[in-house]
Amino acid sequence: MPTTSEVRVEAEFEQLEDLRDRQGVFKSSLTLLRKQPLGAAGALIVIVMILMAIFAPYITTYDPEQNSFEHMLVPPSWEFLLGTDQFGRDLMSRIVYGARTALFVGFVSAIIGSSIGLVLGVASAYYGGKFDLILQRVMDVFMAFPLIIMALAVVSIFGTGVQNVIIAITIPFIPRCARVVRSSALAIREIPYIDAARANGFSNTRIILRHMVPNVMAPFLIMITAFVGQAILLEASLSYLGLGVQEPTPAWGLMLQGGAEEYAESAPWVAIWPGVAITLAVFGFNLFGDSVRDALDPKLRSQ
Amino acid sequence: MWQYVLKRLLMMIPTLIGAAILVFVVLRLIPGDVCELRLAGTGLYVDEEQIQICRKDLGLNDPLYIQFFNFIVGLFTFDFGKSMWTGREITYEIGLRFQLSLQVAIMATVTAILIAIPLGTISAVKQNTWIDYVVRAFSIAGIAIPSFWLGIMIILGLLISTQAWFGEPWMPPIEYVPIWKDPIANLSQLIWPAVATGYRYSAVATRMTRSSLLEVLREDYVRTARAKGLLEKVIINRHALKNALLPVVTIIGIEFAFLMGGLVVTEQVFNLNGLGKLFVESVTNQDFTMTQALVMLVVLIFVFTNFIVDVMYAWLDPRIRYS
Repeated sequence: MPTTSEVRVEAEFEQLEDLRDRQGVFKSSLTLLRKQPLGAAGALIVIVMILMAIFAPYITTYDPEQNSFEHMLVPPSWEFLLGTDQFGRDLMSRIVYGARTALFVGFVSAIIGSSIGLVLGVASAYYGGKFDLILQRVMDVFMAFPLIIMALAVVSIFGTGVQNVIIAITIPFIPRCARVVRSSALAIREIPYIDAARANGFSNTRIILRHMVPNVMAPFLIMITAFVGQAILLEASLSYLGLGVQEPTPAWGLMLQGGAEEYAESAPWVAIWPGVAITLAVFGFNLFGDSVRDALDPKLRSQ
Repeated sequence: MWQYVLKRLLMMIPTLIGAAILVFVVLRLIPGDVCELRLAGTGLYVDEEQIQICRKDLGLNDPLYIQFFNFIVGLFTFDFGKSMWTGREITYEIGLRFQLSLQVAIMATVTAILIAIPLGTISAVKQNTWIDYVVRAFSIAGIAIPSFWLGIMIILGLLISTQAWFGEPWMPPIEYVPIWKDPIANLSQLIWPAVATGYRYSAVATRMTRSSLLEVLREDYVRTARAKGLLEKVIINRHALKNALLPVVTIIGIEFAFLMGGLVVTEQVFNLNGLGKLFVESVTNQDFTMTQALVMLVVLIFVFTNFIVDVMYAWLDPRIRYS
């Protein structure tokens, strides 16, 4: 009997179960990128963002953390392309460097969260029975637990900072990935080659890691790409609330805290650009993630 | 059916108990306590003795298992006790804010449904045309735009446009007015937060409507309906949409549950005194009793929404009950 979240997740990832041919995955994702203008646009945004993060020192002309009291709240001009904030820091530099923070938090929490979810989901499906039942209830608790309380608690216990933002964001990702992976792994467990592996006397760990995990790679990859965008958004929200990355580190959510609302009327650029950056980044990852999903989903591929 | 409902109802219990344990443990891991914060927060010299008295009054010196026992007993008897911070009844404090949060959540849901179902349907029907691309881009943008930033932009837009038209900037009222007292003041305050959250919410639902309808349109019975020569409009409205809306209802339900406890950021932007703000305050004040009650309330809403959705599913699709 599927629970709601399973039904939701299943609908969301439209039947990934019958995914076995892995050779075609890369090729077909390329074709689909060509066929899907939205996916290609997403990939482009993602690539630009990654390049921006890597070459940040070469693109920008100002130090993102350098205060300059002669240049407070300067409107966008040739000197400061996007203007400056209330401390006279160049917004362009802060946004370019902010891409580093966003990508770092995004990728690290997406990869850690879905990897733990992958192992837990497969193990849950493989062992079944009581183990599965108990693990699923634990996952239910973490799904239902409000993220903001988790984040507040993590911050109060460990203090603020990038690594704690990552912890707070990773925790809710684990059960969501485990759910999806489990439902795919349940189907794979029924295929005779798992029985064959067991008959060969392979250990449970080996069967899980070598025989089952590779076959649920598609939902796993889909979850990772979906999580990166969400993680960037969550990091921005937490930083905005003062629970995330701290000054003077350039981070988009942080740039909207304090100054943005206060100066919204007199210096709207302070409030506009960081939001545009967050939106574009998440937009890009979502578009890209969508087309990865379509590429990895054989049911959609045939269309 | 009743057997299924009962079984599903019982499944809620372990989640609730798990959440109770989790919030209890997590709160006690945070260094410091409400007494230190409340007394030392005044900046004056504080007697260690006073802190001890305060702790004793609040039961913070009791062994943890007794504190936990009291918390669980309180849950089952619906006696949540008093806030450790303000000293007022928790039900009173929550009651003050619940109405506002509930109203914003309902308004956001209505906004979302009004946008999502027509857009999702048209996007599925016109799959892979420019209409589809525009709708998909619009809905993906909705997921990408941080609702707090959208809120800031709405406020900015209101300020600038009222300045331009009426000569002076207009701000929404700061105090919450119940809708039956002054509907206009109430709506003019809450419409904007509802729109800011409703857009994101609608984006999720639009995507779900689209993908679910696409799936249903591939079913055999839709082909039969087409073969019968039914009008496409009738097929979509009468045959396909009804079945496709099931997962949409799920998503709407689950998002609604999230909204009840997850409006923290939006409330911050629009300066609303709702449950989200209370949440943040009670954790930062280390108000154990209040935080526990709030977390249990939010988890209960979440679990109960899931329950309702599952029962609806089972009722609409008997296969789920028997599998």
